[in-house]
Amino acid sequence: MKEILQVNHLSKSFGKHEVLKDIDFTVSKGDVTSIIGASGSGKSTLLRCINLLEIPTSGEIHFQGENILSRKGGAAAYRSKVGMVFQSFNLFNNMTVLENCIVGQTKVLKKPRKEAEEKAMKYLTKVGMAPYINARPRQLSGGQKQRVAIARALAMDPEVLLFDEPTSALDPEMVGEVLSVMRDLAADGLTMLVVTHEMAFARDVSNHVVFMRDGVIWEEGSPDQIFTNPQRDETKEFLSRFMER
Amino acid sequence: MDKLLQLGLDMSNLWDKYHSMYLSGVGKTLLLAVIGTAIGCLIGFVCGILQTIPYTKNDHVVKRFLLKLVRVIVRAYVEVFRGTPMILQAVFIFFGLPYFTANAMQFTNMWAVSILVVSINTGAYMAESVRGGIISVDPGQTEGAKAIGMNHFQTMVHVILPQAIRNIIPQIGNNFIINIKDTSVMFIIGFTEFFATHKGVVGATYKYFPSAAIEMIGYLTMTLVASFLLRLLEKKMDGSNSYELAQVDALTMTAGNYNHPGRGTPFDERNPEAVKSMLREELRRQAEQDEAKRQGQRAETRRQNAAGDHDQRGE
Repeated sequence: MKEILQVNHLSKSFGKHEVLKDIDFTVSKGDVTSIIGASGSGKSTLLRCINLLEIPTSGEIHFQGENILSRKGGAAAYRSKVGMVFQSFNLFNNMTVLENCIVGQTKVLKKPRKEAEEKAMKYLTKVGMAPYINARPRQLSGGQKQRVAIARALAMDPEVLLFDEPTSALDPEMVGEVLSVMRDLAADGLTMLVVTHEMAFARDVSNHVVFMRDGVIWEEGSPDQIFTNPQRDETKEFLSRFMER
Repeated sequence: MDKLLQLGLDMSNLWDKYHSMYLSGVGKTLLLAVIGTAIGCLIGFVCGILQTIPYTKNDHVVKRFLLKLVRVIVRAYVEVFRGTPMILQAVFIFFGLPYFTANAMQFTNMWAVSILVVSINTGAYMAESVRGGIISVDPGQTEGAKAIGMNHFQTMVHVILPQAIRNIIPQIGNNFIINIKDTSVMFIIGFTEFFATHKGVVGATYKYFPSAAIEMIGYLTMTLVASFLLRLLEKKMDGSNSYELAQVDALTMTAGNYNHPGRGTPFDERNPEAVKSMLREELRRQAEQDEAKRQGQRAETRRQNAAGDHDQRGE
C-alpha cells in the first residue's frame, strides 16, 4: 500500500507545556486510522498539526513524499488536499448549505460554478442532506450540520480526511447518523484519520488504532490487537473504563 | 397658547420666504453625511483589515516589521482623529494648508475639504468598529475556511467580512446619524449646509427661535428617516427565517422527516450499535413499566388496607 502521510519525530509545545512528544506514525492510502485516548492526551493537537492549523515545534510531516513543513508558504494548497471535519462543524454562517459546499471548489480549486454545483449535490446526496441545500447552518440540527460539513470536505476531493471528534458535540440520537455516513466513506475506500471517543466505531470500522497518552503514542496496532489484546496496562485501563459505560 | 400660535406663524413666514435655502441646506447636509460616511467606512474597513492581518514568529522579519508599523500608524490615526473635535479638525485642515504653503495653496472647493474632514473623522471611529466586527466572528469560521485551503485574503472576503459587516451595520447607522447632525460644524469654514442656512436666515430676520425650531424639526426628520431605512436594510440582510426543502427525489424521505421513534432514521438502521442500544432502551422501558405497574398495584392494596383500617376505627 502507498504511504500517503508520514509523521516523523513530531513535537508541539504551547509555551513550556509539551503537548506532543516525538510522534511517529504512517497513514497509507485507504487506511482508516482511529486515534483514541483520554482528554488532554494530545489527540486533537496532533490532528491540527497535521492540517497545519497548529505549527509543530519540530519534526517532519511528509505528504505524498514531500515534507510540507520545510516548504515555504504552501499551507493553503496543502490544506485543500487534506480535508478536516471539526467537532464544532464550523460551517460558514453567511452561506446556505449548497454555497458552503461550493465556495471552496470555485474559489480555491477555481472550478467552474456548474461543475462545483454538481459535485456539491453529489456529496450532499450521499450524506442525505440534498433537500436542505437552501437552508442556512443556524436552521439545522447538529447532526445535519456535521453531515454538511462532511460533504463540504468531500467536495474538495481530499486525499485524506481528518475528523476531529466529529460526534462529541452531538446529542446522542444524532451520533448514529454521522457515524453511518463515516462508515459509508470508509467502505468507499476514503483515507481517514479519526480522533474519536466512539470505541465501537474505532473497533469496527478502522483498520488501525492509535492509543495516545500524555502526548505520546502509547500503543498502536490493528483494532483486534488493541481492543482484545492490549499489551500495556494503561491501554487496558483506558479501554476498561470505556467499556464499563 | 398665544405664544405657540405666534411661533407657528413666524415659522410659516420664515418657511415661505426661505424654504429654498432650508431645503438646499438639507440636501447639502444629507449629501455630505452620505458621502462622508461612505468614504469613512471605506477608510475604516481598510484600517480594520490591515490591523487584523495575523503574523506569527515564523514569518519573515520584513513582513513582521511592516505589519507592526501599519498597526502603529493606524493606532495613531485613530487616537488623533477620535480624540479631537471635528470642528477643530476642519479649521486645522482648512487653515493649515495655506499656512504651510504661504498661501500658495488653498482649499477653494468647500465640498472637498468638508468631505475630507467628515471622512477621516468617521474613518477613525469605523476603524475600531470594523476591527471589533472582525474579531467578534467565531474563530471556528476562520479554521473552517483554512481547512478547505482558503488563504487569508479569500477567508476575509468570502467568510469573515460578510459576517463582520452584518455585525457592524448598527455601528455604520450610528455613524451616519451622528454625521447628519455633526456636519453642522462645517459652518465654521463657510460650508452652507442646513445649520449654516439657519445662521444666514437669522442674520437677515433676527428670528432666532422660530428658525431654530425649523432646524430641530428638520434634523429630527432626517435622522428618523435614516434610522428607519437602516432597520429595513438590517432586516433584508438577515434574510428569511424559513427555507424551502428541495425535493430531490419524491420517493426518498430525508433524515429528520422520519418520525418513527422506535425505528430511528435510515442511518441508524445500518448502525448495529444504535440498534443494540435502542433494543436495550426498549427492554429497560418495558421493565420500568412493569415495575411501575407492580408498584401501582402494591400502592393500591396498601391504600385499600389503610381505608379498611380507617373504617374499622370509625366504627
